[in-house]
Amino acid sequence: MSSDFALKNHFNEGRIINDRLIFSALFAGLLFVALIARLVVLQVVEFEHFDSLSEKNRVDISSLPPQRGLIYDRNGVILAENIPKFSLELTPENVPDIDDTLQQLAVLLAMTEEDLVDIKERIKQQRRFRQVILKERLTEQEVAIFSVNRHRFSGVDVVGRLVRHYPQGALFAHTVGYVGRINEQDLKEIDENNYKGSMQIGKTGIEKEYEKLLHGQVGYQQVETNVQGRIVRELNSMPSVSGQDLFLHLDINLQRVAAEAMGDFNGAVVALDPKTGGVLAMVSKPDFDPNEFVLGISSKNYAALRDSPDMPLFNRSLRGRYPPGSTLKPFIALAGLESGVINEQSKTFCPGWYTLPGQDHRYRCWKAHGHGHMDLEGSISQSCDVYFYDLANTLGIDRIHNFLDLFRFGRRTGIDLPGESKGLSPSKEWKRANRNKAWYPGETLISGIGQGFNQMTPIQIAHATAVLAMRGIDVSPRVVRASRPTGQSKLQLFPAQSSESLPMENSRNWEAVIDSMVEVVHGARGSARHIGTDLPFKVAGKTGTAQVFGIKQNEKYDAKTLERKLHDHALFIAFAPVEAPQFVVAVVVEHGGGGSTMAAPIARKLIDQYFGTTVDE
Amino acid sequence: MSNLLYDRQQPQRWSLTRALRLIHLDALLLLGLIILLVAGLMILYSAGDQSSALLIRQLIRMGTAFTVLFVLANIHPDRMRDSAYWLYGVGLILLIAVLVFGHEGKGAQRWLDLGFFRFQPSELMKLAVPLLVASYLAERTLPPTATRLLVSLVMIIVPSVLIAKQPDLGTALLIASSGLIVVFLSGIRWRIILAFISLSTAALPVLWYVMHDYQRQRVLTFLNPETDPLGSGYHIIQSKIAIGSGGLFGRGWLDGTQSHLAFLPERTTDFIFAVISEEFGLVGVVILLVFYLLVAGRGIYIASQAQSSFARLLAGSISLTFLVYVFVNVGMVTGLLPVVGVPLPMISYGGTSMVTLLAGFGILMSIHTHRRMMSP
Repeated sequence: MSSDFALKNHFNEGRIINDRLIFSALFAGLLFVALIARLVVLQVVEFEHFDSLSEKNRVDISSLPPQRGLIYDRNGVILAENIPKFSLELTPENVPDIDDTLQQLAVLLAMTEEDLVDIKERIKQQRRFRQVILKERLTEQEVAIFSVNRHRFSGVDVVGRLVRHYPQGALFAHTVGYVGRINEQDLKEIDENNYKGSMQIGKTGIEKEYEKLLHGQVGYQQVETNVQGRIVRELNSMPSVSGQDLFLHLDINLQRVAAEAMGDFNGAVVALDPKTGGVLAMVSKPDFDPNEFVLGISSKNYAALRDSPDMPLFNRSLRGRYPPGSTLKPFIALAGLESGVINEQSKTFCPGWYTLPGQDHRYRCWKAHGHGHMDLEGSISQSCDVYFYDLANTLGIDRIHNFLDLFRFGRRTGIDLPGESKGLSPSKEWKRANRNKAWYPGETLISGIGQGFNQMTPIQIAHATAVLAMRGIDVSPRVVRASRPTGQSKLQLFPAQSSESLPMENSRNWEAVIDSMVEVVHGARGSARHIGTDLPFKVAGKTGTAQVFGIKQNEKYDAKTLERKLHDHALFIAFAPVEAPQFVVAVVVEHGGGGSTMAAPIARKLIDQYFGTTVDE
Repeated sequence: MSNLLYDRQQPQRWSLTRALRLIHLDALLLLGLIILLVAGLMILYSAGDQSSALLIRQLIRMGTAFTVLFVLANIHPDRMRDSAYWLYGVGLILLIAVLVFGHEGKGAQRWLDLGFFRFQPSELMKLAVPLLVASYLAERTLPPTATRLLVSLVMIIVPSVLIAKQPDLGTALLIASSGLIVVFLSGIRWRIILAFISLSTAALPVLWYVMHDYQRQRVLTFLNPETDPLGSGYHIIQSKIAIGSGGLFGRGWLDGTQSHLAFLPERTTDFIFAVISEEFGLVGVVILLVFYLLVAGRGIYIASQAQSSFARLLAGSISLTFLVYVFVNVGMVTGLLPVVGVPLPMISYGGTSMVTLLAGFGILMSIHTHRRMMSP
């Protein structure tokens, strides 16, 4: 140490450093004086300002919820809009005496004791500085009554909000869906900040599937409020960005025709544009009024909908699992042709029943006396069961399963709606895994005519028909055609979701099956020949009648003696024009009886509506 | 010096001050620190919604910090000087390690996970940088030559840049200033200082270019907090309301509405000063600032009484950096400075900075209590 010091003038250095220390101390003191000056400004000079800001939380940063995007059909008819509704809301922090306020309001606006208990419960659960809704859907008179008395109620206000409204009522309940109050479950899936001030969120249908596009981006507003918490002036704001408008493939006219044609039967109708996959009509009956859900449905009404044996809330077109019955036959026939098991000329004799070798059980054809010798065309146009028992038996269930898989039977079609069911296309593997049982040959037979374990949704059936119509091009069904981003007039089209064509050995096989389906509608003995008249183009179709109720070996099915819920389901699939398909339709009428008599005429009505044709009565 | 002479002649009566000095603690400094820490606990109790768990964790940290203080106070300043290069080297390697393997927290890499505990090498650098620069500059005659000045600037800039890259702008600023204070105290010419200041002003755009988005956002928000009242500007708007509404005497302990109605973000950490202002008013915060000044003043006094240039530079830097801490934090909470994330020393809730701060005061005590008594 001492050697270091020897080189240095220690005293001089000490003086230098101490000078600098003194300077620094003074400078630091100056900085602290500046700090204190700043504090004096904030705490003394501007005290009044900040105190009032703090006192009544006067600078209120409130969110500006975005306006939800509108939904239009393909003709520009509005399916979902926003209309102003008034509700009475209370901010608990701004109310001096909640009990007293509620009592007085109850007298003024005829609220029951029950309502009050309910409201108090909600106030308890509410987060700080969030409004509690006291009464919704105020009438003009109620608004007027409250406005006159407003001075008596600090912290209570009439608030106008834009509320979702579905002008078409029940017609689009299952496709457009509905919005409802945001619940705990929803909160987990959304960015809570973006939903500040939003009261509603898409719960089903397009409203749910396209929630992100429809909702938009929240804005905010910084406002100065008075002691009652009412806004005095706006200090600063950033506008919200409205949600995008959506334009659907759905056609309201077609939808209306389909819904009316269903009458009071339960079931589903799906119509597609096979080229784009556009869903032109999608009806599930029975339906319900989605407007009830918007502001929260009463528990009584909800229970009625939920517990109804007809299940109106259930979207049959997406989730209803029906045995496809004979509508599956064209696909089985195609499987036969493709695998070389049959050709167009192969014939099977139909005596009215079919038996497996070494078994007594008779698998009956719908025609008790038999069809005689049947080729492909006859077996499809007359829907001979024996022909398909034999074909299915030769193909075996796994080959059938693998072929049907190409048409997305047993898989989702990928439609842009939530909650689609996969249906069920059985296989040996499936039965072992799910039923823990071996596969019986008899089960292959009834699978061949679309019965047994087969369960398909109407959208699946329609989509598979579209693939057939397009000779193997698989386009996912789409409900939304385009969107219109906020502030733009140009529509942004959503491209069709098509995947590769189905791998087929021989393209002639498509035509063979389709020709047979033309015979169904236009042939002399076609099972739907009554709908094939007065058309400038050819329609290909297939009827289906699906058993709901097992008929014993020696009994006959007699519609008159059976209850309606045990009647067969009626099905029909069709597309037109045959050469260049533009329109595909699938109809399922629950307990409608025969596909030919019940379902085919509904399909014809849709065809007429779509092509502008008419039936000459 | 006359005092010392006098002491020697008196019979050695027992006193707390003298007892503390035997174990190398400085009574006045200790008293000031304890007052600040107790005040801090009181405020933390209020800001943390009267959570005793929070207090206990803070108390445990204080215990650790005091242990470190005690250990350092008993190490001779010469040993510290001897270890300066070594400490700095280790710190630098760890900083690079953090950038390479570091643990990310809140979008910034600051931690080195050593398995059993997480270590923040930038805290080590807070002491290593002034230690090294002081030791380096004191090797030769002061004021330093241009070469030595440049070398010491490199010693300061390298770790600062590494820390700013983590990114931790607040700590980088503190470390840079602790080193620069040493340089300033070493007596470099005013001309050079002025040139340096103008150069740094010119370099501001470059700094802007290397900053992270969130850091730029903070600067923008500082310049105009109203542009983003829901986002980053929210902090400043709410803390100004809290401070301003405290008035002259405050709303009283535990009674701050801004603080307790959850309007004020980060109220136990970086923004705790707003809680103090709201609850104790102008009078309360001025008293607090005076205590900070007293503690730092004692440090500066210790620096001025130190017996080597190394000790003076180091002690001066530690004391003045302490004030920089306070100034930056209060400045940012009151809206005078951008929000850079510097805690309020001795009061903000949180780990390693408390240990480092008390370690610094340990060094001050060591410098003061290891002086060789002059003979009459």
